[in-house]
Amino acid sequence: MVKAIIKSIKISITSLLANKARSFLTMLGIIIGIGAVIIIMAVGASAQNLVLTQIKSLGTNLIGILPGHSEKESPLNAFTGFSVTTLTYDDAMALRDKKNVPNIVDVVAYNKSAGTAVWSLNSYDTNLSGITVGYLKVEGGEVKIGRFFTREEEKNFSRVAVLGSTVKKELFGESDVVGQRIKIKNQSFEVIGVMKERGIVAMQDYDDQIFLPIKTAQKLIGVNHLGLIRAKIDQKNNINRAINDVEATLRERHGITDTSGKSDDFTVRNAVQALDMITDVTNALKYFLAAMAALSLIVGGIGIMNIMLISVTERTREVGLRKAIGANNSNILNQFLMETVVITLLGGIIGILLGIAVSFLISSGIQFFGYDWVFIISPLSIFLAIAVSTIIGLVFGLYPAIKASKLSPIEALRYE
Amino acid sequence: MSLIEVKNLDKTYYSGEIETPAVKGVSFNINKGEFVAIMGPSGSGKSTLMHILGLLDKATSGEYFFDDQNAKYLNDNELAFLRNEKMGFVFQAFNLLPRTTVLDNVKLPLTYSKKEFDHNEKAKKALADVELSNRLDYYTNEISGGEKQRVAIARALVNDPSIIFADEPTGNLDSKTGKQIINILQKLNETGNTIILVTHDKEIAKHANRIIHLKDGLIISDEPVE
Ligand SMILES: Nc1ncnc2c1ncn2[C@@H]1O[C@H](COP(=O)(O)OP(=O)(O)OP(=O)(O)O)[C@@H](O)[C@H]1O
Ligand SMILES: [Mg+2]
Repeated sequence: MVKAIIKSIKISITSLLANKARSFLTMLGIIIGIGAVIIIMAVGASAQNLVLTQIKSLGTNLIGILPGHSEKESPLNAFTGFSVTTLTYDDAMALRDKKNVPNIVDVVAYNKSAGTAVWSLNSYDTNLSGITVGYLKVEGGEVKIGRFFTREEEKNFSRVAVLGSTVKKELFGESDVVGQRIKIKNQSFEVIGVMKERGIVAMQDYDDQIFLPIKTAQKLIGVNHLGLIRAKIDQKNNINRAINDVEATLRERHGITDTSGKSDDFTVRNAVQALDMITDVTNALKYFLAAMAALSLIVGGIGIMNIMLISVTERTREVGLRKAIGANNSNILNQFLMETVVITLLGGIIGILLGIAVSFLISSGIQFFGYDWVFIISPLSIFLAIAVSTIIGLVFGLYPAIKASKLSPIEALRYE
Repeated sequence: MSLIEVKNLDKTYYSGEIETPAVKGVSFNINKGEFVAIMGPSGSGKSTLMHILGLLDKATSGEYFFDDQNAKYLNDNELAFLRNEKMGFVFQAFNLLPRTTVLDNVKLPLTYSKKEFDHNEKAKKALADVELSNRLDYYTNEISGGEKQRVAIARALVNDPSIIFADEPTGNLDSKTGKQIINILQKLNETGNTIILVTHDKEIAKHANRIIHLKDGLIISDEPVE
């Protein structure tokens, strides 16, 4: 059995080598299809890795507290467009208290909106981030010029603003900023500092925003609630304990007696959960794209079947001759089947190499632009590519091979 | 003992409504070691008969025993086995594989054989028998017609068959090259091969030791050559 297969592979390879140009052209569809799958899987894996490492770089000992109840693994209410008003500034301050949450390092509360900032004749549309002083400790980030606002200013509704580097550039260009007054929603603010450039991390542009003390920002848009609280915990190991403390504190403040979590009007998420969710989403995307590319393989397979059918017709006399000198039906069937499989498998291997080469070029290109892009080829994608190309060969080679094997020797020899 | 036994063999071709009786009830025996020439005008059924004898086609009615096996009851695998191990076929049109070397063409029957031996050695020996040892690595489009037919003969005898069928092997060759081919067949016959040869050429038929004349699908004479 094994011997017979090796034999028919040998016959097929000899026959393919006798028709190099045709064999190569037949392979092309598979080469491109498999190459595309490999490239998509590789680029997808690298992009995923980039996003995940960026998120990890924000710190995995962060937890997020969002307003509104939601099931553990489902998207958050806050993402669905409702504005939920259950978290307040005082909640954030309570969490900051080590009596409530012993493992807390600091918290930052957010209230985000958008608006236009005006200075002299320049105006610029940007994000208005109402935050608490805890921002620097929790999120990181450095002040480049001037200073950040103080707890006093945060509590006093002070009209002070710290600019992201993009906003500074757009509004002021090279001019001095500290001490200047800008206008947001017709209110005048004193610029007290500019943040150091930070770039886009995890799809968020850190430089395109104006930081305002949270109470000032709330007053500006006329609300009283928070969009999000982030809390930094001293150690990763303490995250679960800290989450329990946070939940207990908030339940007590909100008068919730049910400790099962079902009646909570807030949601606590930690970075690990967020990572899992993002991994799931990006995985789905990656496999979807790969499936699309794999679809092109079916088109390639049909192309191969077409060419094999033509080849069977073209080689009718050859089939007749082979039968006349002693090939039986299964010899002929195996030969044509193996020819197709060898074509698709070889095409698959060339496609894999090509895909790896192109992915490598792409990642070198992206690294050149300064991204922390890692070149990733998963063994799974290579295994899949080889399996898929073999299966395509078997499936699309079967019909032409059966057709060839059923030819009667004398009819075939007589064919012209 | 008869290698070939034919009884009342009929072959009619059907293409749509049209029936063409090509062989109309012939009977004869051929023994091991004979060299038989089949002659007759064009369309008399010589090739048709050869194809049935060579197990490439089936008779419409009548019996054909090859080596005491009734061809009627042989399945695809058994037919393929007999064609491979017991028979060699030489065609008027050579039927060599294109874009393939002389040596590989001759090795072809061995790839379907279950016997275990060195394919290269065996094929080289067959090519030496037809005096083509100097053309092993030539492609089939790089050699002359006479050489092509000798390759075809080497291919027919490479697996040590008990019989060689040659259907007008000299039909596409000039008389001098044709002579060469016949001499090779004659030598093969002298070393024990049974040979059945179809030809139009009386001179060539004289090399056989028996001549069967066909006309309109019937045997009109079957005589030894003196
Ligand atoms: N495949 C076929 N279908 C229909 N009729 C056929 C077929 N093959 C041969 N015939 C007919 O059968 C008859 C015998 O043909 P065959 O080829 O056996 O003759 P032949 O003696 O070999 O002639 P030639 O010397 O020209 O080769 C002819 O009348 C021919 O037209
Ligand atoms: Mg003929």
